[in-house]
Amino acid sequence: MKKNWPLWEVFVRSKNGLEHRHFGSIHAADAEMALENARDVYTRRNEGVSIWVVESKNITASNPENNGELFEPAQDKVYRHPTFYTLPDEVKHM
Amino acid sequence: MSEKEVKNLEELFEQRIARDEKIEPKDWMPEKYRKTHIRQISQHAHSEIVGMLPEGNWITRAPSMRRKVALLAKVQDEAGHGLYLYSACETLGVSREELYEQLHTGKAKYSSIFNYPTITWADMGAIGWLVDGAAIINQVPLCSTSYGPYARAMIRVCKEESFHQRQGYEIMITLANGTPEQKEMAQDALNRWWWPSLMMLGPTDAESVHTAQSMKWKLKRKTNDELRQQFIDQTVPQAELIGLTIPDPDLKWNEEKGGHDFGEIDWDEFWQVVKGHGPCNKERMDARVDAWEKGEWVRDAAMAYAKKQEDKKLKKAI
Repeated sequence: MKKNWPLWEVFVRSKNGLEHRHFGSIHAADAEMALENARDVYTRRNEGVSIWVVESKNITASNPENNGELFEPAQDKVYRHPTFYTLPDEVKHM
Repeated sequence: MSEKEVKNLEELFEQRIARDEKIEPKDWMPEKYRKTHIRQISQHAHSEIVGMLPEGNWITRAPSMRRKVALLAKVQDEAGHGLYLYSACETLGVSREELYEQLHTGKAKYSSIFNYPTITWADMGAIGWLVDGAAIINQVPLCSTSYGPYARAMIRVCKEESFHQRQGYEIMITLANGTPEQKEMAQDALNRWWWPSLMMLGPTDAESVHTAQSMKWKLKRKTNDELRQQFIDQTVPQAELIGLTIPDPDLKWNEEKGGHDFGEIDWDEFWQVVKGHGPCNKERMDARVDAWEKGEWVRDAAMAYAKKQEDKKLKKAI
């Protein structure tokens, strides 16, 4: 069976000190070619100092339909935020 | 899912868009939203890819090194824009192979402007100035469209596009200030590209079937006629500035509406070109299909090499 070039996700660090950010995707036969293609497609104007590529099939993504169960537990835990705690106005540096 | 449940989901979906929320690939969306977006984003990608052909024609004959590196960079950008857009389109569950197939079989359309020939160097100036100018007017509103991956791709495209228009206008300035023959060449290019550029902004509002739905989904923020008016009003003074004449005897400033009145557009010509009967439709598709077919052995060889390397690694591990 004929195999097409697989899809890769591209992450670029725009400068040192910043995290890698998802830039888009690219087709390539292997990881090395994916890096080169990502360089040509996503960093033609000095947009990056470092690139990660990962084959798209290796990414596990959450399903937005389950956002309720997945993220709801964080919603009623107001005590995780500093404003939950009452302090007298005179207290400084806290 | 029952019909009622779908209706309910659709309503919630429309409300999200009305609140300016973005839709992301894995979110639920109406089938019509998915299909419309696949159609529009892929048409847009195809236009970038086919758009390389009329300009590629002039890279080897650019009149100076400065012009050559600029044109080469512009054509490379167009390849890049096509790729951003194809990958945005693939997030909607269509494969790259299917998209190419649709282009190559003529099932998918691309912008009809690329079916006109580029017969002189001045055409490189006119394309950058007018065609990219009209494209920018079309594209800027898409940076805030509702589908996240499309909006993000458009932000990158728009950032890169402004150099395209400036390099084109610079070519026109140079020719307009040159010898009488050079100026005539610039005027001739303007004469040939003006009307097709106006057509690029799409059929008149009265004829445009998708406008209402596209406005709702923020695939469109202004109607075709509004965009066309904006394009004309901004381009007329640019032509005057370099001493070129817009080829429209009916063009004149209308104080009352605060814009230009202009002559009748030949919509028969537009529909002829859209239907495949433009001067270069066949040539463009032949070139595109030829490139794809002749590249097949390279794509296969790369896959075979990748597999070999993978097997080697496995063997070493054992």
